[in-house]
Amino acid sequence: MNTPFVYQDIEEILSRYEKEETPLLCILEDIQEKWGYLPRDVLGYVARRLGIPSSTVYGVATFYAFLEVRPVGKYVIRVCKSTPCHVRGATDVLEALKRELGIREGETTKDGKFTLEVTSCLGVCGVAPAMMVNDVTYGNLTEERIREILALYRE
Amino acid sequence: MFYRAHVLVEMTSSSVALGAAQVKEQLEREIARAGLGNEVKVLETGSFGAALPSPFVVVYPDNVIYAPVSVRDVRRIVEEHLLKGRVVRELLFAGERGGGVATFIPPSPLKKEKRVVLRNSGLIDPLNIEEYIARDGYLALAKVLTEMTPEEVIEVVKRSGLQGRGGAGFPTGLKWEFTRKAEGEEKYIVCNADEGEPGTFKDRLILEGDPHSVLEAMAIAGYAVGANQGYIYVRAEYPQSIRHLEVAIAQAKERGLLGERILGTSFSFDVKIRRGAGAYVCGEETALLESIEGKRGEPRVKPPYPPQKGLWGKPTVINNVETLANIPPIILNGPDWFRSIGTPTCPGTKVFTLTGNVNNLGLVEVPMGITLRELVFEIGGGIRGGHGLKLVQTGGPSGGTMTPDLLDVPMAFDTLPRYNSALGSGALTVIDDTHCIVDIVKNFAEFFLHESCGKCTPCRVGGKRIVDILERISAGAGSPEDLEKLRYLGQHMKATAFCGLGQAAPNPLLRCLEFFREEFEVHVREKCCPQGVCTMRPKPQPKKTVRV
Repeated sequence: MNTPFVYQDIEEILSRYEKEETPLLCILEDIQEKWGYLPRDVLGYVARRLGIPSSTVYGVATFYAFLEVRPVGKYVIRVCKSTPCHVRGATDVLEALKRELGIREGETTKDGKFTLEVTSCLGVCGVAPAMMVNDVTYGNLTEERIREILALYRE
Repeated sequence: MFYRAHVLVEMTSSSVALGAAQVKEQLEREIARAGLGNEVKVLETGSFGAALPSPFVVVYPDNVIYAPVSVRDVRRIVEEHLLKGRVVRELLFAGERGGGVATFIPPSPLKKEKRVVLRNSGLIDPLNIEEYIARDGYLALAKVLTEMTPEEVIEVVKRSGLQGRGGAGFPTGLKWEFTRKAEGEEKYIVCNADEGEPGTFKDRLILEGDPHSVLEAMAIAGYAVGANQGYIYVRAEYPQSIRHLEVAIAQAKERGLLGERILGTSFSFDVKIRRGAGAYVCGEETALLESIEGKRGEPRVKPPYPPQKGLWGKPTVINNVETLANIPPIILNGPDWFRSIGTPTCPGTKVFTLTGNVNNLGLVEVPMGITLRELVFEIGGGIRGGHGLKLVQTGGPSGGTMTPDLLDVPMAFDTLPRYNSALGSGALTVIDDTHCIVDIVKNFAEFFLHESCGKCTPCRVGGKRIVDILERISAGAGSPEDLEKLRYLGQHMKATAFCGLGQAAPNPLLRCLEFFREEFEVHVREKCCPQGVCTMRPKPQPKKTVRV
């Protein structure tokens, strides 16, 4: 996550989509996957290389919930607040996470480990309330389970 | 290699969220420890729906189902069952079938179920194309390519009466025909797997449990309309669907079932995956096209519709995952077979996802025309905790609000609009009577506020105003005029918003204002929340935060 930005790496990502007509979103996703977020100077570099206005690139980067233009924690926790989770106690889950992590929605813990975000439906309503930690989904959450899950990532 | 037993573990996002990956790892470890590594093979399979609790483990050829299984149970299953051949009775799935020994192959679906779309889910290993082929997979594609003209394919789909399962219910055959007739050398097939409607996860379980059925259908659609390139747009929240699709595409290409000159014919078709990045509005088909084109996912002006001008301005078919999964069986069994299921005006099955305060959560595939009562009280096992039913939201926040008086309306695309409701994606969010209607409507409104793309004013500003007023009401600071304001805002948003998202957003609000009028009025008149959910305390002024 703290890998320094090497423009060769960005070039490598750009080259993956040479044949694509409109690769911007794919490129941004790949950059984020490598570095965790999309730094402004990288966005500018991508804009120049693709020959599109940097405002367009920034517009895309800020449109999508999964794209981050600010540094985020090593683990991004996304808590679902949509109705199926809401009616099964998502509010309590969010409160418990805030308490355990000592941060509010949209914030990152001081040690840079966790970012807490609220999201729309994760599509695992069968095990509501649910959350995602990076790519991994957890369901049937209770306060106790949240403590257990956080412990896995705290090590 | 010959294995004397196969152990299938349900590996879907839902079951993994409950520890299925650990169960699988533990199974492999224990099997190796018991020295059975060369005799017993562990495989992954998809969801079997609401009929089986997650995660489940099936032992073949003994046809024994253990469900739900936790890591702690694994050692006993391996030592007792796999090593000593004794079924572990306490861990068996008792389920619906009278609590006896649950041995069945294939697992029998629930009584009212009819499996077309989910024909393979939970039975095959989705990561192995041979298991799909063994169950007549790619036979429909072979039939189409060798025995039928594109026009005949479109005719069969038209005659089947298949309607788009994404929510709009548009006749699929017509969509294909428009695209076939549209002028242009290059055409595209796009599969909409941006299933963002809260409460919906059918497409995810289809992609995770049977990805080839969608790929095969896309190739058939490509042949029918004259397209050689397909795109599947999958939402970022579904990493496992993406993984299964990647494997499936690679396997299909390896066997010449996708790619150049499929099955030695002159037809070529390739499929690429496009990953979304967390934007509900991209489920709207033109916003989805914008997103594939690498732009902000803002909807386009319609017309022109995608069959005329779609991806990069070329004629494009956009079909939902569930719609596509219906195609191979329709080709193989014929349109009359399909028409024999469901209602005369809305044939086929529908996959519903039961969510919220209902006893049995999960997905279930039933013929169109089933009633909400059957779904919630028979298949869903009734309301949790013995509470009463307040409402069922169908098709997510943009769908319809079904109040208890509508429990016996047949569920189909053409029947629900008569009751100001909609079938939508098939999500059923059951809400019990301990919930406060203001809180629920606020939850819907917050969702739309969060997901509005900001392109048009009615949705961007109207959504914000609605949330503000609802917050005021739940904080005990509402006035009777607020209810009138909500109705006014809702009606204007519905009439003037640019796309389907903004037009549908006020639907639950308007319906609930009408049906639960009294509860709203108690909130604003007596400043009291009958369910005790709203705080009814005006929010304290935010403290000034000092930035360091």
